[in-house]
Amino acid sequence: MTQSVVVQIGQCGNQIGCCFWDLALREHAAVNQKGIYDEAISSFFRNAVLIDMEEGVVNEILQGPLRDVFDSKQLITDISGSGNNWAMGHKVFGSLYQEQILEKLRKSAEHCDCLQCFFIIHSMGGGTGSGLGTFLLKVLEDEFPEVYRFVTSIYPSSEDDVITSPYNSILAMKELNEHADCVLPIDNQSLFDIISKIDLVVNSGKLDTTVKPKSLVTSSAGALKKQHKKPFDAMNNIVANLLLNLTSSARFEGSLNMDLNEISMNLVPFPQLHYLVSSLTPLYTLADVNIPPRRLDQMFSDAFSKDHQLMRADPKHSLYLACALMVRGNVQISDLRRNIERLKPSLRFVSWNQEGWKTSLCSVPPVGHSHSLLALANNTCVKPTFVELRERFMRLYKKKAHLHHYLQVEGMEESCFTEAVSSLSALIQEYNQLDATKSMPVADIPRLSIAM
Amino acid sequence: MSIVTVQLGQCGNQIGFEVFDTLFSDSHSSQGLCSKRENEAYQASCKERFFSEEENGVPIARAVLVDMEPKVINQTLSKAAQSGRWKYGQHAYFCQKQGSGNNWAYGYSVHGPRHEESIMNLIQKEVEKCDSLSGFFIIMSMAGGTGSGIGAFVTQNLQDHYAHSLKMNQIIWPYGTGEVIVQNYNSILTLSHLYRSSDALLVHENDAVHKICAKLMNIKQISFSDINQVLAHQLGSVFQPVYSAEGSFHYRRNPLGDLMENLVPHPEFKMLGVRNIPQMSENSLAYSTFTWAGLLKHLRQMLISNAKMEEGIDWQVRPPISGLPPLGKMPLNKELHFNTSIANLAILRGKDVQSADLEGFKDPALYTSWLEPVDAFNVWKTQRAFSKYEKSASLVSNSQFLVKPLDMIVGKAWNMFASKAYLHQYTKFGIEEEDFLDSFTLLEQVVASYYNL
Repeated sequence: MTQSVVVQIGQCGNQIGCCFWDLALREHAAVNQKGIYDEAISSFFRNAVLIDMEEGVVNEILQGPLRDVFDSKQLITDISGSGNNWAMGHKVFGSLYQEQILEKLRKSAEHCDCLQCFFIIHSMGGGTGSGLGTFLLKVLEDEFPEVYRFVTSIYPSSEDDVITSPYNSILAMKELNEHADCVLPIDNQSLFDIISKIDLVVNSGKLDTTVKPKSLVTSSAGALKKQHKKPFDAMNNIVANLLLNLTSSARFEGSLNMDLNEISMNLVPFPQLHYLVSSLTPLYTLADVNIPPRRLDQMFSDAFSKDHQLMRADPKHSLYLACALMVRGNVQISDLRRNIERLKPSLRFVSWNQEGWKTSLCSVPPVGHSHSLLALANNTCVKPTFVELRERFMRLYKKKAHLHHYLQVEGMEESCFTEAVSSLSALIQEYNQLDATKSMPVADIPRLSIAM
Repeated sequence: MSIVTVQLGQCGNQIGFEVFDTLFSDSHSSQGLCSKRENEAYQASCKERFFSEEENGVPIARAVLVDMEPKVINQTLSKAAQSGRWKYGQHAYFCQKQGSGNNWAYGYSVHGPRHEESIMNLIQKEVEKCDSLSGFFIIMSMAGGTGSGIGAFVTQNLQDHYAHSLKMNQIIWPYGTGEVIVQNYNSILTLSHLYRSSDALLVHENDAVHKICAKLMNIKQISFSDINQVLAHQLGSVFQPVYSAEGSFHYRRNPLGDLMENLVPHPEFKMLGVRNIPQMSENSLAYSTFTWAGLLKHLRQMLISNAKMEEGIDWQVRPPISGLPPLGKMPLNKELHFNTSIANLAILRGKDVQSADLEGFKDPALYTSWLEPVDAFNVWKTQRAFSKYEKSASLVSNSQFLVKPLDMIVGKAWNMFASKAYLHQYTKFGIEEEDFLDSFTLLEQVVASYYNL
């Protein structure tokens, strides 16, 4: 079996990472009677590395119920924090901790029989996750060029309270463009909307509909942490579930397996275009034993509705470059095919990839559900988010607001900013070009003609 | 003579298991409708081909299992062992930790050469267990990375190391609406390479088998297991023993050789398909009776109208009237209604098989003009019934049946290639644009050749 190393950086990254480990252990406990910490989980998620430039979050983890899962050898911490400054994270802490980081990563890699993937979890808007997190990407690429780098990035929503988040995000985007294999962008607002939706159902008090508690995509029920202590817990659990479902086919058996290297292979047609919008269904399961096929089909429809996307985006009205459907549970190939046929006409795929579907079937469902679906879309619908980010960046940059905080860091110059924003513009331009083909008829490219 | 099977990748291994299971169950079935001595001869022949003997009497499949990640092989080995009736050789598998990532280039250029020695050693071991080798049966899919890439690599190797043995590749044609996004690239690379190194390509289309499950077998929620079982049934109906000559009670010794001799007269035309009739769920079987006349009439129409199963056959399609001048070069987008054959092999199993009338298959109008119908059409028979069907008929054909699917795959791959999408994933591992172009050229040639029959 292949192994992956999870690297959680910064406050956001570590909080999500924590939820993730919690749920992962719960999942394996449910599948494996022998105990929580079984061979499958220890062999797949070989060693986490926890990095933060202030101690608060990591200390909490070490004192909390997950303290036995991690040990101090896996941590890198500092005291002062990055002050929401990408340059602090990337340049200062980057060079300060480069050796230590490399050493910890090498140790983790040594424990792996066959290291396939690094999962990096961080936010884009702050200083550590954003700056040090993206510094790490370059290190990983140089040190472990054959190992995939999957990045889960939390993008700041427009109401974000960190004023400099556009700077941090755009500086980080350049690094993501150049050094990540796959990025799963997520924004807080979408997660929040999903929670509101769930609360509505749970509290609506409809007759005869009770939701199975463990089934909530936001819940920690059955995990080591008993209650939602923090307001972000529910949101973090959604992201944790995303990662679990992403790796399910590599951890458990199924009739059509999908390994992580297949995700990159199938969903990234051009190296730069590696941003994948994710959606998870179902968000909850009703405590109803009989699940007619209609519910199953509903699950597929939901995956394409904009209410289930983990990022504010509308894939249905944009252009698909590729789409992956990772199904878990008691679902067979005929169900998959039926739904693809049903949904295809309403989706627009790029002309050279009209049947751009990658599918997988994993037999083991997530805890509390009989089946679930994770859809990953490489779709031009990410463009508006990037465009908006660029606008917010420009509003600040034009006035040179807060710029001195960055420029006073050694190694930072204005060119870093201009390069970063051009990198993003180039990316947006690529999406624009693809969108322009949306309304064009599918041209018949002349085939090779053979002399007979 | 024995056949050594190589099962590659998830698909190849999942199917391989069903094939051996079907072969075994059928050969030990009590419903052979023939004498005990007959049955014993059948069993012995089947065993010689596909199984070798272990000390405690449990037959071992003559197979080598190859996959680049362990989950499927582990499952396959344990499923076989659990049945208690037959199993795979304890060390007859080769496995790695990380799969090929649906990347043909990775399978062919990285995994293949890296593990060449180990894989070929395993095959050699299996070959040594055979008294006499008929050839190799390689089961693989086209859409993924291991079956397709390593399958192509291994087939090439077999051609180099076992030049006098025959190789037949069982290829699974993926669903039209994808299972894997780069399946068209992987398919054209596979087909073009196999065309150069394999002796015959026996093709099964997922779409076709899926329809059989839905319409004929009446399965509501079709799983890959169901699909593979139908496939295994079709393969079993071809590969189980048959008599060697009209009226004789000895079974044919060289299944692959005989198949090739009958069906592949020219190396430009290697694509074979199987049709099997009747196919139905076990429940319906109890209530059905068949006549040879009825079965063969349907089978013939299935052939000429290119139907893949006995429901929804287009009875309007007729062979062209002989005496008219042959049609010249047709534009490529013309609808192909009538399926011209190069050669056909009918395999009949069951009750009163001697009374079956096959004149309809000898009509010269069904065939191209280069072979006399007496050479283009052959029949194999056995009294011994197959797998609970009192009468069953299979047709292995070398015909135009794959022209449209092949044309479609080449078209889609070409479209994608023109936009250069995903190419970086292949060039990363040494498969360059020229390799793609070579594949396209070869396959356009194959399409044109079949089209102009």
